[in-house]
Amino acid sequence: MERFVQVVVDGVATGSIYAAVALALVLIYRSTTIVNFAQGEMAMFSTFVAWGLYEGGVPLGLAVLTTLGLSFFAGMAIERGLIRHFEGGETLTLVIVTLGMFILLNSLAGWIWGFENRGFPSLFPDDSVTLGGVRLSVESLGIVAVLLAVVGLLTLLFQRTKVGLAMRAAALNPDSSALVGIRVGHMLMLGWGLAAALGALAGVLVAPRLFLDVNLMGSVLIYAFAAAALGGFDSALGAVVGGWIIGVSETLAGTYVDFIGSDLKILVPLGIIFVVLLVRPSGLFGQSEVARA
Amino acid sequence: MKRTLWLALLLTVAALTFAACGRDDDDGDGGGGGGGDPGITDESIKLGGSYPFSGPASAYRSIEQGAQAYFSFVNAKGGVDGRKIDFVTLDDGYEPAKAVQNARRLIQEEQVFALFNTLGTANNVAIWDYANKQEVPQVFVATGASLWGADIAAHPWTIGWQPDYVTESSVYADYLKKEKPNAKVAVLYQNDAFGEDLLNGFKDATKGSSVRVVAEESYEVTDPTVSSQVSKLADSDADTFLNISTPKFGAQAIVAADKLGWKVLHIINNVAASKLLVLEPAGLDKAQGLISTAYFKDPASPDWSDDASMKEFKDALAKYEPRANPEDPNCVYGWAAASTMVKALEGMKEPTRQALMDSVRNLDVEIPTLLPGIDVKTSGEQDGYPIEAMQIQRFEGENWKLLGEVIQAPH
Amino acid sequence: MTDRRVRIALVCAVALVAVLIPFLFGPYRVGQFTLVLIYAVAALGLNLLVGYNGQISLGHGAFFALGAYTGALLIEKADVPYLATLPAAGALCFAAGYLFGVPALRLRGLYLALVTLGLAIATPQLIKRFDDLTEGTQGLTVEQPTAPGWTGLADDQFLYLLTLAAAAIMFLAAWNLMRGPIGRSVKAVRDGEIAASTIGVDLAATKTRVFALSAAYAGVGGALYVLALGFVAPEAFTLTLSFAFLAAIVVGGLATVSGALLGALFIEFVPVYASDVNDALTGVIYGGVLIAFMWVLPEGAAGLPRRLRELVLGRRHPEVADREDHLKAPVRGVPAGKA
Repeated sequence: MERFVQVVVDGVATGSIYAAVALALVLIYRSTTIVNFAQGEMAMFSTFVAWGLYEGGVPLGLAVLTTLGLSFFAGMAIERGLIRHFEGGETLTLVIVTLGMFILLNSLAGWIWGFENRGFPSLFPDDSVTLGGVRLSVESLGIVAVLLAVVGLLTLLFQRTKVGLAMRAAALNPDSSALVGIRVGHMLMLGWGLAAALGALAGVLVAPRLFLDVNLMGSVLIYAFAAAALGGFDSALGAVVGGWIIGVSETLAGTYVDFIGSDLKILVPLGIIFVVLLVRPSGLFGQSEVARA
Repeated sequence: MKRTLWLALLLTVAALTFAACGRDDDDGDGGGGGGGDPGITDESIKLGGSYPFSGPASAYRSIEQGAQAYFSFVNAKGGVDGRKIDFVTLDDGYEPAKAVQNARRLIQEEQVFALFNTLGTANNVAIWDYANKQEVPQVFVATGASLWGADIAAHPWTIGWQPDYVTESSVYADYLKKEKPNAKVAVLYQNDAFGEDLLNGFKDATKGSSVRVVAEESYEVTDPTVSSQVSKLADSDADTFLNISTPKFGAQAIVAADKLGWKVLHIINNVAASKLLVLEPAGLDKAQGLISTAYFKDPASPDWSDDASMKEFKDALAKYEPRANPEDPNCVYGWAAASTMVKALEGMKEPTRQALMDSVRNLDVEIPTLLPGIDVKTSGEQDGYPIEAMQIQRFEGENWKLLGEVIQAPH
Repeated sequence: MTDRRVRIALVCAVALVAVLIPFLFGPYRVGQFTLVLIYAVAALGLNLLVGYNGQISLGHGAFFALGAYTGALLIEKADVPYLATLPAAGALCFAAGYLFGVPALRLRGLYLALVTLGLAIATPQLIKRFDDLTEGTQGLTVEQPTAPGWTGLADDQFLYLLTLAAAAIMFLAAWNLMRGPIGRSVKAVRDGEIAASTIGVDLAATKTRVFALSAAYAGVGGALYVLALGFVAPEAFTLTLSFAFLAAIVVGGLATVSGALLGALFIEFVPVYASDVNDALTGVIYGGVLIAFMWVLPEGAAGLPRRLRELVLGRRHPEVADREDHLKAPVRGVPAGKA
């Protein structure tokens, strides 16, 4: 029993990694209805920037905050300078653009900082707490706390503030929003900026565990997508819960179901999404899509 | 108007197609023609390599940097018998299709004398039939798979360099048989040719002894983390952990084992033993007592800070490949392999590919950046393994300490 | 109409150039063009699904892999003559695509993309899992076709012409199909499912059949790939491949037959040029070119004549207008609820 709980706890810890990146994906989707394949690479790039600052002598906390700020502005710039040109056009064109960004950022990061593996300092102390025979690392608890805080802030932003309302309106119906005086362009920039900052936060949270190299986010991305899909692409809480579900089921299946084994672990989250989406196409927490004829 | 537009387009397409034409070079079949072999003149030797400059294995690109530095170093001193070495390298992104195309390009278009240090088991398997058919040497391939030496008759133009994974795993097996004869081993391994070669080599080497593998878990390079695999292994009744992984995952496994409080004898394979790439990120405190093997000098170790050959290496790297990291062991690997290449070239009796292979198959040289006591030796046509020795090392304090003697593990 | 005649002339010119290629270039380039043809066949399959039918798949590489391994195993383990492996791979992949297409009916846009993405990622793992059959990570070496003596051709030339013949057949078939009533149903489904069903198009049947057909094309492409390279390994079929096919059809031009060929040229040659320019910055250059290409030609290369025509004539050609709505509805799902 203890073993089972430990596996579940480990699953939540792993799942938090996916949840962190999934939040950024959800944020972009909610504010711009675009799926950004380059989200992970942007986060990785930001993490490298933080690393560079830290290696240069800047204290960790300050380095992280600076990076969040820089990422915010970079996200806005990317939206205004690049993505804006494609909005309103063919969706797949934009998908390919984000793909191009993926390739570009990966290579650029390697060129600037090298392709080798390196460590990244953790924002949390390296301790663990043992509760009833189950080991919980402070870092994992810290990540969960940060995630929930972010979910809370995002929910507050979108449900209770005028800016949040404007962002949602701009995403849902740009034309009508413009007519009522919402500066759609600014809202889109804001969405991208926040998502980039959130991605950077995800990066600095997971890099201590996964270690930092240019392929940091490559493997996480599919799980993050799965988490977002599971929770419903338009729900922040859904992304986090989705991430946890995937993390837990992955570790449970890997541990207890021998046929799956470790190499086919990836099938577990995919299988789950498949089933959930067959039953509830908009995800666990999402809102149903209504298509106009 | 429309028609003109279309015709213009037509002509542009035609023109571009013809412009893309390199040479009207129909002589498809490589070298061996009358006169000298391609790629070698009185002033130069052209070598070709295919490396993963991009993609999942891009961390290995520093091997190429080490090799290029060595060739530049040798060229500065006049080259090999007055011939300067030109090492043309292409990116294959660790994909077999690209490796095949690179091999064709290097052999057909670049007309290289030999392929050197092409990286990756799958990639080398993808090109070895072609290279052998064209009778182009495919030497000192950058992979530890045992296949390069296993069937020389089928692929006489191909040979490996580093101690292969079977050698390496038999060294670990011998260590355990001596130090911990009843060891129960849990193995983490990367699910590819490299991991499987080491795992199977270990199992073969421990057959019939009381060292047993009691648990094994694999991981994919596309996995984000290996913590669940390590967790499962820790749950077994093993008292030894054999960690067969590449740097990022090796570091994750060390941290995972530590977090679980799983304190058993931890053996980590050579590829993941780097202080720079693995132990420092994981935390040196977690690496105490780690066992591994070595066959070349660790650039991060103070044991070699006064060593002439390592100083030479670091100086050359700084001069010719300033973007390279001098503590990256991959650079030393490339440097040492290139050193071997130059020795082989020096041993050629004539400037032909066959002479190169004869030289390669009859090597007996000492390479200064390899550990003392480890030499590069091939004894004739049937010997496919240039380096068959390694030394056990244990991590103590801040560095690896070599233990015991160099262990010869011939096939 | 002169437009049609010029178009025919263009196709003939391209065909002529295509046939001449093995006699103009050395084996390396010919090998590259052979791969271009192979990627074009696979990309055409994806275009049928995505461009003409409006579904999405990020997992096309999985069917390509299936076709490749089918071909490889038939040749190496069952001594099947290599020509027979092409229809065999196509048929098997058709069936697999159909099986996949059925549950895919329930998923729209983004979610279908995700599940197919998962398929693409799982492919190398699945290949390794069945390593008793596939030889796993070591890879499988396959004997390549050699040119029959009476042709007087070199092996690489023969291989190219063989691939060209196969590709030509596939292209003609697709072009013909999309021109006719089936093609109209397929496109109708893309442009508006509800409207299509009201005029009697069987949505489910159409969509699953297109999925199956697109998989079959990928399968034939895969079988040709094995013949061209003589080697298969799991590393050859990663997510990168699926993304490359998607990039090919968007860069080439969605819902066009020529787009598949143009896109294949792009994904084969541009990365090589990028790494020639600077091998440390390959990805930066390739990614940059991709983005720039989309900026200048959002409809892909096949849209270039149209674009030029627009510029020259100064007005919108009617076909351009209706192409723009394409694919917006399924992928950019507009959530209902709180307005």
